[in-house]
Amino acid sequence: MAIRTEELLLNVGPQHPSTHGVFRVVVHIDGEVITSSDPVMGYLHRGTEKLAENLTYTQIIPYTDRMDYVSAMTNNYVLCHAVETLMGLEIPERAEYLRVIVMELQRIASHLLWWGTYLLDIGAMSPFLFAFRDREMILDFFNELCGARLTYNYMRIGGVKWDAPEGWIEKIRNYVPYLRQQLIEYDALVNGNEIFLARLKGVGKYSAEDAINYGLSGACLRSTGVKWDLRKDRPYSIYNRFEFDVPVETEGDCYARYLIRFAEISESLKILEQAVEQFPAEGETMGKVPRVLRVPEGEVYVGIESPRGEIGCHIISKGKDKPYRLKFRRPSFVNLQILPKLLEGETMTNLVTILGSIDIVVGEVDA
Amino acid sequence: MADYVLSAFTWQNGLLFFIWTVITLFAVLGFVTYAIYFERKVIGWMQLRIGPNRVGPLGLLQTVADIAKLLMKEDIIPKAAVRDLFIIAPALTFVPSFVVIATIPFSESITFADLNIGILYYLALSSISTIGIIIGSWASNNKYSLLGGMRSAAQMISYEIPLVLSVVGVILMSSSLNLRVIVEGQLGGVWHWNIFPQIIGFVIFIIAAVSELNRTPFDLPEAESELVAGYHVEYTGFRFAFFMLAEYVYVFAFSAMATVLFLGGWDAPAPFLSFIPGLIWFLLKFSFFVFFLFWIRATLPRIRVDQLMSLAWKVLLPLSLLNILLTVFAIEIHKWIA
Repeated sequence: MAIRTEELLLNVGPQHPSTHGVFRVVVHIDGEVITSSDPVMGYLHRGTEKLAENLTYTQIIPYTDRMDYVSAMTNNYVLCHAVETLMGLEIPERAEYLRVIVMELQRIASHLLWWGTYLLDIGAMSPFLFAFRDREMILDFFNELCGARLTYNYMRIGGVKWDAPEGWIEKIRNYVPYLRQQLIEYDALVNGNEIFLARLKGVGKYSAEDAINYGLSGACLRSTGVKWDLRKDRPYSIYNRFEFDVPVETEGDCYARYLIRFAEISESLKILEQAVEQFPAEGETMGKVPRVLRVPEGEVYVGIESPRGEIGCHIISKGKDKPYRLKFRRPSFVNLQILPKLLEGETMTNLVTILGSIDIVVGEVDA
Repeated sequence: MADYVLSAFTWQNGLLFFIWTVITLFAVLGFVTYAIYFERKVIGWMQLRIGPNRVGPLGLLQTVADIAKLLMKEDIIPKAAVRDLFIIAPALTFVPSFVVIATIPFSESITFADLNIGILYYLALSSISTIGIIIGSWASNNKYSLLGGMRSAAQMISYEIPLVLSVVGVILMSSSLNLRVIVEGQLGGVWHWNIFPQIIGFVIFIIAAVSELNRTPFDLPEAESELVAGYHVEYTGFRFAFFMLAEYVYVFAFSAMATVLFLGGWDAPAPFLSFIPGLIWFLLKFSFFVFFLFWIRATLPRIRVDQLMSLAWKVLLPLSLLNILLTVFAIEIHKWIA
């Protein structure tokens, strides 16, 4: 006689330690195997894009901080870059270097945060604290630069708000070898661990075709063998002046995404090293920008490589000081779409592994 | 102390029983209080933190404060819970954990119950705790705790067998199930200890026992990142404290058991060191195992349920059978030569 079994409907979230914010996945499970899943989002929706229509361009910048709050610098940049492209502004050299330095520091901080929390999801507790120690130093640099630790509001259309204080560049220069040393240690602690490998290898696998069809970008796309990094393929700012590699893996599983993000920290360190070397001794940090920004009528889309993938900003201007319509392409939101497909047939444990490997920030998913 | 057990039950003997039990209970509770403190300190140091240092000198009263807090908390029983089972589950988990300590010989003279089936007693009673966990998880009427309880059941079935079989090698070597006799068979220095001839058994025992303890990397029933808190998700206050207490008493029991079975119990590592009392040696070895548990908790990630099962059935079980076979051969050859 067969035992009667029933499907269990389980709400993972909105308050759950592994959804990294207020995010919910409704899963139907049979034993521990997920038969179908339904991500529910919007708990953190603040209507950034609509709010932006009633704000001047400079006023929108702090709103972008609050989208992907662990990578606010790249968000700042994408908005400024879009407006600057539409206006055809010249950015002073020193400002460009400062922007690249803060964006790469931000990428490292974001990846460190991801690394720590991901391992916490897997069940390893200590790496979380190690990652936070190193991230904390970057936050201190930002604090010194612009007075904030998370929501910087640092960039302005035409440049950056604050020049680097004395000795700041030196600190970054010293930070690079320090973090390299730490990465060797982290590599020894985690990357060869049998349990860790068993948890990640072959989990949450998809092909390059799927990745492109779902519009994935960033590490989620590069893990399938597609070498696509906007810093190389559609260079913006002054990224074409630096030597760095784009880490690519072909497996398309969680382990591939893990390795890519881990390797990207080292690549960002390379960029930082060069940027600090080439940093102009003096110069302006703000370009020649009119007092009231009136963006000429037109439409522009720019995409840059945020730590999570391609973050894009699409502006339609009617020649006013406020955008007519503004749209952000948020990589967390787009990357999340593949989740139900990946979860089918997986266990509850792998739900956490897969969701973590997509690397979402709920502030950005919901905008 | 074994004499008490054999002597007739009188008021006097009964009182002595009672006093010894209370003393053990307090010793164990004292251990748990400071094991938690020690764990938090050790893990704190490994994670570049300070650990508790606010309550009392060096934070020594931190656990006391935590327990006081748990005692004063409101005792919530969910409406949808099965009331009787919900109440009985923490006790059912805790009692076996405490009872198994009775058979452990701490030194030449301190054993509470010198049972001839000491090992069987330990293994049999310790698995009753899992039933408490399953009952508690089911009675909570919470989906997360149900999943935790189911995992616990699966884990117990998978790990109890290699655990028992890993000990068989030791039993064969000393031809006794009595823990006291097992220790006496290992006396005379580090080269007599069971850990060397029984190294396979030792490794299997450690892995299986950590799994039995529900500690990292086998803490699946309460996997925080997946099941929030697993089987005790609905428990608060004192009842929750009982689950935690049981877990730490098992840390005590496991460390003591590993010391007795594989590290020669109270034996000094070399005969010339035997002027130091046996209890001290026991405590040193015992502390090493306690530290070991905390150490792996700070280092390792969590294994997956299906991987845990396949590890138990496909790796540990055949290995422990092989270990028994090797031990039997070795003993027979040894006899044949002699």
